Amino acid sequence: MNEPYLQTSGVYKRYGRQVVLRDINMNVGVGESIALFGANGAGKSTLLRILATLARPSRGTVDAFGEDAWKHRESVRQRIGVVGHQPYVYPELTCAENLHFYARMFELDADEVVPVALDAVGLSNRRASAASTLSRGLLQRLNLARAILHQPPVLILDEPDTGLDRAGRQVLSRIVADQIGRDGAVIFTTHSFEFGLEMATRAVSLQEGGVSLDRSAALLSTDELDRYVSTPVQRIAE
Amino acid sequence: MGRALAIAWKDILIEFRSRQFLGAMLAFTLVTVVTLNFAFDLDRGDRTSDAAGALWIAFFFAGMLGLGRAIALERDRGTLEGLLLTPVDGGTIFMGKFLATLLSLLFVEAVTLPVFAVLYGLPAWHPWVIALAIVGTVGFAGLGTLFSAIASSGRTREVLLPLLLFPLLVPVLLGAVQATAIVFQGERDGILAWFNLLVAFDVIFVTLAYLGFSFVIEE
Repeated sequence: MNEPYLQTSGVYKRYGRQVVLRDINMNVGVGESIALFGANGAGKSTLLRILATLARPSRGTVDAFGEDAWKHRESVRQRIGVVGHQPYVYPELTCAENLHFYARMFELDADEVVPVALDAVGLSNRRASAASTLSRGLLQRLNLARAILHQPPVLILDEPDTGLDRAGRQVLSRIVADQIGRDGAVIFTTHSFEFGLEMATRAVSLQEGGVSLDRSAALLSTDELDRYVSTPVQRIAE
Repeated sequence: MGRALAIAWKDILIEFRSRQFLGAMLAFTLVTVVTLNFAFDLDRGDRTSDAAGALWIAFFFAGMLGLGRAIALERDRGTLEGLLLTPVDGGTIFMGKFLATLLSLLFVEAVTLPVFAVLYGLPAWHPWVIALAIVGTVGFAGLGTLFSAIASSGRTREVLLPLLLFPLLVPVLLGAVQATAIVFQGERDGILAWFNLLVAFDVIFVTLAYLGFSFVIEE
């Protein structure tokens, strides 16, 4: 059996006195697409930030590609593609210029990889458009193109469907399918149960910072998932 | 170094297109130089030290406008995380930011010096003045880039940056003003000592900032 790409062991994260993540033990294996569900404030984005080496666990370890993720974060970053809440692109630069810049950061042949990435997200005809002129959905596509530019084995996507229309979601589904098809892995968060279960091979739910569910996505219904995702407070409110 | 140059080029291109800070810096410098020229109503012999002080105050305060932008803009837009997610170390990001800031400041100084020379009737285009402007600006930009990163995460960064930066820049400011005044007085004695002091500060500041930048921008 292949080693998992990413593996967390007893990960805790605190901000001051507030415990955001508690005892997270999970792995992201080869060929997996993991949907991470949870109510607002459940700790999804924090977990993804830790996996992406943007935040350091308060306790516990994260191994990435067989080595300590934080200690070797520069080499880990070479092998992950991240979509965060913000698009990580420069509004004054065109779509192509933004990707050219990131290609140089990854020491890639920009002339080769940029057209491929733009084509993959359907932005070839907007290559010369300034990022500031793009709609929220198109900006998210550009964000996806940036994340897949260096063809990383692991994609870490925080609410990648935000702002995407139907065509955009199809683009996203295709990117995830391609990633799985070439023995990569994807871990993503979403608030759309239907979309998440459709894209995922595995569903993980976080509740108040801990894992409340970890199961094959094919064995879950949206109603069942809802019971694990909603916090007691939300249920009372409903 | 290629990646640092890419960061610097990106910053310069963005500034060229947005014209957010360079124009403001230039206007501030010129207004300061012109205003102080009217304020110093002294004969030529007495005004050399004051003029050197006026020149460097204009450079340093205008530089503060540009320094604030170096990291704060990236942090506000979230693109700093985008940079951190690439396989570059903090030192490379520092070098890119430092180079972009340095070039912006040198451009403002290059435009200001001829105006200053005409207004004050002093040899502002003297090779020694240019050399002092370069070494003084290197130290300012190096330390300023580091401290703009420190201040950028705070809510009161506009206040915090000068408060943190100016006490540490006092040796650079003193050295630059003293050496420039010597050139304006038409003398040469002591310039080299001040120049060497500024170079020493540049080496120390830029090296420390390069090494410490990762600790400042990473969590």
